[in-house]
Amino acid sequence: MLTPQRYWREIPHRYRLEAGRCKKCGYVAFPPRLVCPRCKNREFESVKLKDEGEIVSYTIIRVPPEQFTDQAPYVIGIIELDSEVKILAQIVDCDFDDLAIGKKAKIELRKIRTEGESGIICYGYKGILLE
Amino acid sequence: MTGIVGYGAYIPRYRIKVEEIAKVWGADAPAYKKGLMLEEKSVPFPDQDTITLSVEASKNALQRADIDPREIGAVYVGSESHPYAVKPSGTIVAEAVGANPDCHCADFEFACKAGTEAMYVCYGLVKAGEFKYGLAVGADTSQGAPGDALEYSASAGAAAFIFGKEKVFAEVEATYSYMSDTPDFWRREYQYYPQHGGRFTGEQAYFKHILGAARGIIEKTNAQPEDFNHVIFHQPNGKFPLKVGKMLGFSREQIEAGLLVPKIGNTYSGSSPLGLTAVLDIAKSGERILIVSFGSGAGSDAFIFRVTERINEVRDKAPKTREMIDGKKFYVDYGTYAKFRGKILKG
Amino acid sequence: MREVAIIGVGMNEWGELWEKPLREIFVEAALLAIDDAGVKRIDSMYVGSMSSGLFVGQEHIASLLADYLGMTPIPSARVESACASGGLALRQGFIDVASGMSEIVLVGGVEKMTDVGGGEATFALGTAADQEYECYHGVTFPGLYALIAKAHMHQYGTTREQMAMVAVKNHRNGSKNPAAQYPFEITVDDVLKSTLVADPLRLLDCSPITDGAAAAVLCPVELAKKLKKDPIVKIIGSGHATDFTALHSKEDITWPAATAKAAERAYKMSEKKPGDIDFVEVHDCFTIAEICVTEALGLFEKGQGGKAVEKGLTSLEGKIPVNTSGGLKSKGHPVGATGIAQVIEVVKQFREEAGERQVKDAKIGMTQNMGGTGGSCLVHIFEKE
Repeated sequence: MLTPQRYWREIPHRYRLEAGRCKKCGYVAFPPRLVCPRCKNREFESVKLKDEGEIVSYTIIRVPPEQFTDQAPYVIGIIELDSEVKILAQIVDCDFDDLAIGKKAKIELRKIRTEGESGIICYGYKGILLE
Repeated sequence: MTGIVGYGAYIPRYRIKVEEIAKVWGADAPAYKKGLMLEEKSVPFPDQDTITLSVEASKNALQRADIDPREIGAVYVGSESHPYAVKPSGTIVAEAVGANPDCHCADFEFACKAGTEAMYVCYGLVKAGEFKYGLAVGADTSQGAPGDALEYSASAGAAAFIFGKEKVFAEVEATYSYMSDTPDFWRREYQYYPQHGGRFTGEQAYFKHILGAARGIIEKTNAQPEDFNHVIFHQPNGKFPLKVGKMLGFSREQIEAGLLVPKIGNTYSGSSPLGLTAVLDIAKSGERILIVSFGSGAGSDAFIFRVTERINEVRDKAPKTREMIDGKKFYVDYGTYAKFRGKILKG
Repeated sequence: MREVAIIGVGMNEWGELWEKPLREIFVEAALLAIDDAGVKRIDSMYVGSMSSGLFVGQEHIASLLADYLGMTPIPSARVESACASGGLALRQGFIDVASGMSEIVLVGGVEKMTDVGGGEATFALGTAADQEYECYHGVTFPGLYALIAKAHMHQYGTTREQMAMVAVKNHRNGSKNPAAQYPFEITVDDVLKSTLVADPLRLLDCSPITDGAAAAVLCPVELAKKLKKDPIVKIIGSGHATDFTALHSKEDITWPAATAKAAERAYKMSEKKPGDIDFVEVHDCFTIAEICVTEALGLFEKGQGGKAVEKGLTSLEGKIPVNTSGGLKSKGHPVGATGIAQVIEVVKQFREEAGERQVKDAKIGMTQNMGGTGGSCLVHIFEKE
């Protein structure tokens, strides 16, 4: 169960793809981190990820976790944005047969899931297959 | 000069054809298509709602405006399908486009007029100097009860407009509003589908209010029908806007650029605002545009815009409305549509 | 550092153990190991369990299990590293004995997975991934490994059939293991026609849901010799490494970097190299995992894991038999117990008790136990003396 507070604190990353760029080596951390995994530097600047990228891999989930039952089958992909950071997201608006590694995807906002009949509505990013 | 500095549209990529709905209810598809001048309607994917559609339309508007989103001092979202009964849509839209936190935020609701209502208030406050830029959105994922005439048209889409005094490409020349208390269409609290007064929704509701607002604004500006290059009326179907246009002395040519309903259905709060985006996609500098919305309950808002030279700089910075209508589409059958729209009872 | 030996192992029945609660499943395995070792006391214990909290709502099992084993007040610790929890328990026990802190240490693992429904089990297993940036979007573990599979196929030309062959081989081995949960043979066709779970992975590419436990008793080699154990099973290398938890954060999603690093450390400690290894038990939670892992262990070149299976190099008769026990696929995968069960197979091979699946002249064995999509990994190397 996703409580409002837990959902709320991730809003900047989920709505706006806010990330951190290491001031020393340029590593882009999404979500932002306190320590650069590449050079151990602790200073970051806030950056917004580009909203377009390339599909690195994808799968079609046929057996979903409980909260996603009504959405199945759905595509999950790893998308590389800006050639420097990868994110995992659902890829929507596509015929499954059109999917391929290397194809372009655009980021849009989606309703990820709702917490039961009366809980909060959770939003976040998704990829839209271009081409 | 106060007017539009950014506009953007968003239409879901899924569609259902009139024939597919008619088949399920044993209705006469050719008669519906002719009677409503409707071929198909947009269907929101299950992960889309008024908020996500508003966000995408707003992002397109921001791309055209080319301004820092933090300069947006107000975010107004008009819809009759706000996902929360209590909790604003606008806060999510504002956060998603990066207009937070120094921002006035409000949701509007007035049946299909909520979009122009948001525009009306936004424009007024920008003109008054309350904030530099304001974002107004009309969006809906409307629902018609299964088998009801509304099910053939109730669709989804969003249009967003950023108002400002700098970088204006569509100046507001005049506004006008006309209303009365008319119970032609409503949805009570806790009810899933709206109810309507059947034929009562025509003459005493749609036509009376659109005519009232259109005649009011034309008189106020001493204009003639031929002074407008494009006119847009609320489009619950294809027939009504053409008929009301004729009653006001407009030709079909003046109406056609903004008439989207045959291909996407009635996007409710997004309806006439989306028509405006399609017109701005093709409008030339110096052209004048009249838009009149209609919201059941009932009322109409009217605006007259004059297009400036700047339109040529912004137009191509974001996807065009007709491209979204004619671009990549996925047709669904009624079963899929019913699943998408939460119409299947699971006990 | 003292040399450490394994003097007893225990593993009871695995499967859907409807009649048995977690504590009983564990205590049965632990008693078997203690009796097998022939010791009267243990000085401390380490139990690996991935998610007793989500599977049966029970935390604090370090105390509960020591209590029901009748071993209080010995020090007892539960360790967790997702599916590598068992391997981690082994390492903690190894460190405890090697350092001289304890003499006789029980290491074990347990998972009781069938008290919840499929949806809840999927959720519980999913907690090994990044909750906020992977699970939030609806990905499952088969889904994450499917992403790896798709990328491996794309990068190296690994085929759907090659992945199926991993399951076929492991079931063939498992059919010779009476302790396996699913001790029957399957064909490539069976795999390719099984239900799609997450394209391209099908049901028979996935390890099952299992209730089960496993335990082993460790002590200094000197003591093992005094106790006249034969053969002496020595732990000669222990490697442990971590990597990004979220799959998408890895530079190359097909490369289990933590496995490569843990193997490097274990090889270094044991002064062995891949060519010295006679057989290996690896973490085949999904067929593609075995392919990637055999590459990272240095048994095959990068990208050649699929071809190696196809050529039969990993079969019982092959160059380097992989998962002689049947692996997670056929033997079962009670998550926390898996890392210890792998060790039991090593001991059985060294004792020449592996029956039809016996590897001839098995002197050096290796285990590889991995958490999540490779966010953690433990590699151990054993020698028969």
